Amino acid sequence: MFKVTIDGIETEVEPGTTILQAARKIGGEIVPPTMCYYSSLEGSGGYCRTCIVKVSAGSAKDPRPMPKPVASCRTPVQDGMVVQNITSPELLEARAGVVEFLLINHPLDCPVCDQAGECDLQNLGFAHGKEESRYDFPRRVFEKKDIGNKIQLHMTRCILCYRCVKVADQLTPGRVHGVMNRGDVAEISTYIEQAVDNDMSGNMIDVCPVGALTDKTFRFKSRVWFVNPTDAHRNCTKCSGNVVLWFHGTEIYRVSARKNEWNEVKEFICNDCRFENKKIENWVVEGPRKIERKSVISQNHYEQYNQLKAQIEKQRARLANGETPDIGDISLRT
Amino acid sequence: MARKILLVNDHIEGLANIDVYRRNGGYAAVEKALKTMTPDAVTEEVKKSGLRGRGGAGFPAGMKWSFLAKPPGVPRYLVCNADESEPGTFKDRYLMERNPHSLIEGMIVSSFALGARTSYIYIRGEYYYVLQILEKAIAEAYEVGLLGKNIMGTDFSLDLYVQPGGGAYICGEETGLIESLEGKRGNPRIKPPFPAVVGVWGCPTVVNNVETIAAVPHIVNMTGDEYAKIGIGRSTGTKLISASGHINKPGVYEIELGLPVEEFIYSDAYCGGISEGRSLKAVVAGGSSVPVLPAELILKTAAGEPRLMSYESLSDGGFATGTMLGSGGFIVYSETACMVRNLWNFSRFYHHESCGQCSPCREGTGWMEKILHNIESGHGKVTDLDLLVDICKKIEGNTICPLGDAAAWPVASHIRHFREEFEYHINNPEKVKDPRHCEKQPFVRKAQSNPA
Repeated sequence: MFKVTIDGIETEVEPGTTILQAARKIGGEIVPPTMCYYSSLEGSGGYCRTCIVKVSAGSAKDPRPMPKPVASCRTPVQDGMVVQNITSPELLEARAGVVEFLLINHPLDCPVCDQAGECDLQNLGFAHGKEESRYDFPRRVFEKKDIGNKIQLHMTRCILCYRCVKVADQLTPGRVHGVMNRGDVAEISTYIEQAVDNDMSGNMIDVCPVGALTDKTFRFKSRVWFVNPTDAHRNCTKCSGNVVLWFHGTEIYRVSARKNEWNEVKEFICNDCRFENKKIENWVVEGPRKIERKSVISQNHYEQYNQLKAQIEKQRARLANGETPDIGDISLRT
Repeated sequence: MARKILLVNDHIEGLANIDVYRRNGGYAAVEKALKTMTPDAVTEEVKKSGLRGRGGAGFPAGMKWSFLAKPPGVPRYLVCNADESEPGTFKDRYLMERNPHSLIEGMIVSSFALGARTSYIYIRGEYYYVLQILEKAIAEAYEVGLLGKNIMGTDFSLDLYVQPGGGAYICGEETGLIESLEGKRGNPRIKPPFPAVVGVWGCPTVVNNVETIAAVPHIVNMTGDEYAKIGIGRSTGTKLISASGHINKPGVYEIELGLPVEEFIYSDAYCGGISEGRSLKAVVAGGSSVPVLPAELILKTAAGEPRLMSYESLSDGGFATGTMLGSGGFIVYSETACMVRNLWNFSRFYHHESCGQCSPCREGTGWMEKILHNIESGHGKVTDLDLLVDICKKIEGNTICPLGDAAAWPVASHIRHFREEFEYHINNPEKVKDPRHCEKQPFVRKAQSNPA
């Protein structure tokens, strides 16, 4: 077992665990935010750079600090590693920079976006973003592409996390979409305007951290906080059949897979369950779903984010006064 | 100081032909290495020679070779990085065009040392005619039994392939190159694992620059200890420098490391001074990615010592008053050069070449380019300079591959050393509207006696 210290809190993990997994084991606000990492998709992570952490001691054997911030989702822990996340003001500043980069070309059309309320980028912006924008150029736009009758693609909202590409690689028989072009005009698109249509393609919607891929059958029907999530299952030959039904009154507005506290799906569901079974008699209802993740639709809303935000403000003030970060301050763990 | 190793025979007509090459001592290193040395002995010579990677980072080549994982039963690969795309660098093209067999000889000897049975030369797509020269040379080498099965009657076999790229700067980054070589989108991989453990087709791989590999036969011929005597300190051997810009004699020069920069710029054996008798304004010493230095800092270090063409001397003073030898793309600017326009041009390049994989580089390079375009075209704001410096800080070190750093360093250094010129652009928008404003009325920069 490897001993690792994150923001002054020590834990023991198996060799090969990443820093992010170790932090998630500890829990609370020391967990770095993630936009592209997805535990159930192999090889994901490393792209968005929001989960960067500072390694102030590489290992017990070689206690030198790492020269650059590292992506915690892709860096395995070493025995005796000391990691700083929210106790390092420089790191918080660097992360604020990443959030700014993610937002400069994002349309911020949350009022008309179906993802609003369960959007990772909204949560990230709330906790780590700055209030004003320094970007005064026209935002990037893309030509609209139709990728089929089930999934709506809004390329302007995409942050290129590659999660949907990994879904297509790992869950579906043949990938027909991917990233075209490069640099800031790189886009998710299909090869020669082909429709994305196979049994598991709907999972692209669930893994998308922003509103770039949304459910066409749910489009503009309701804000997510007006629909009631309910656990349900059915016998399905293609998937586990364990889903969340989103009710408006007695009508099922949307079916999605179950997400855990890190906003990740562990059991992917098939398109039959997601799109074709919107009648209550098709399902065995288990009961109301408790949304554990921190977002508008969870019961305590942004409570935990407010605590984190207060922490970050405190550390920023320390940096501004030229003081060193205070590790003893981490008392707000949940 | 005028010792030549790589280009010693390049004046000979028809050197690209294998017979001419062999008449002039070619492939002697293959014979020596394969028949009289063990692979480890070759690696040991390269280590002793102190040869450092010529692609830009300057990492000791022998050390890189010794990191190569050697699990039994797993093939190993050597890949030559000929994706020379750095603005200002054109040395590998010259070497491959004039003397393709020196690279092939280097590939054979290096593959032998590393135990590779298949090796690749990854060449940028724009060098298509160079690719044809290389393929012709490889065919010649196969014909005389220098490639293929049982080279020179020994039990060492090697297949050598040339793979053209699709025209992306990012594929010069070693893991981006490997992805591209495998036929995928050239996105750099996240390290670790390093290519020495997981490289081409998931097998241990060494990626070396053309010039590094071409130097290996000479090291084998003259022994590593002899090679280490050339040069200065830890910068051993000779280096090809691609000199361009406002100089009388642009071109590829082979220099012994340790040559004073002043001699390189003004001597008739090299650049031959600044063109049209103008004065020197600035130098980008190692390709567009390295920090720019103004005239007084490129000729002398901050401590007042003469600056030498070596890894250590050029990086003396860190990034505040120093730069890097990089890949040897030596770009000289006279007083008529507009540094703002130059920087905008560099930024435009990095914006165009970012792969778009990680967010700071994808979004930051475009943002910087737009701000610089505004400043250059007379629409800049006073706050823009601080904003640019801050964007650089947010990109640098936060990306998967060094392209983010390479995009940020020129911006930070141009503003550090030429801030008054940027301020002039912002404060005099009418005067800078004409794109050739600096040629008509050079912006005279006050020499800084104590640069911060």
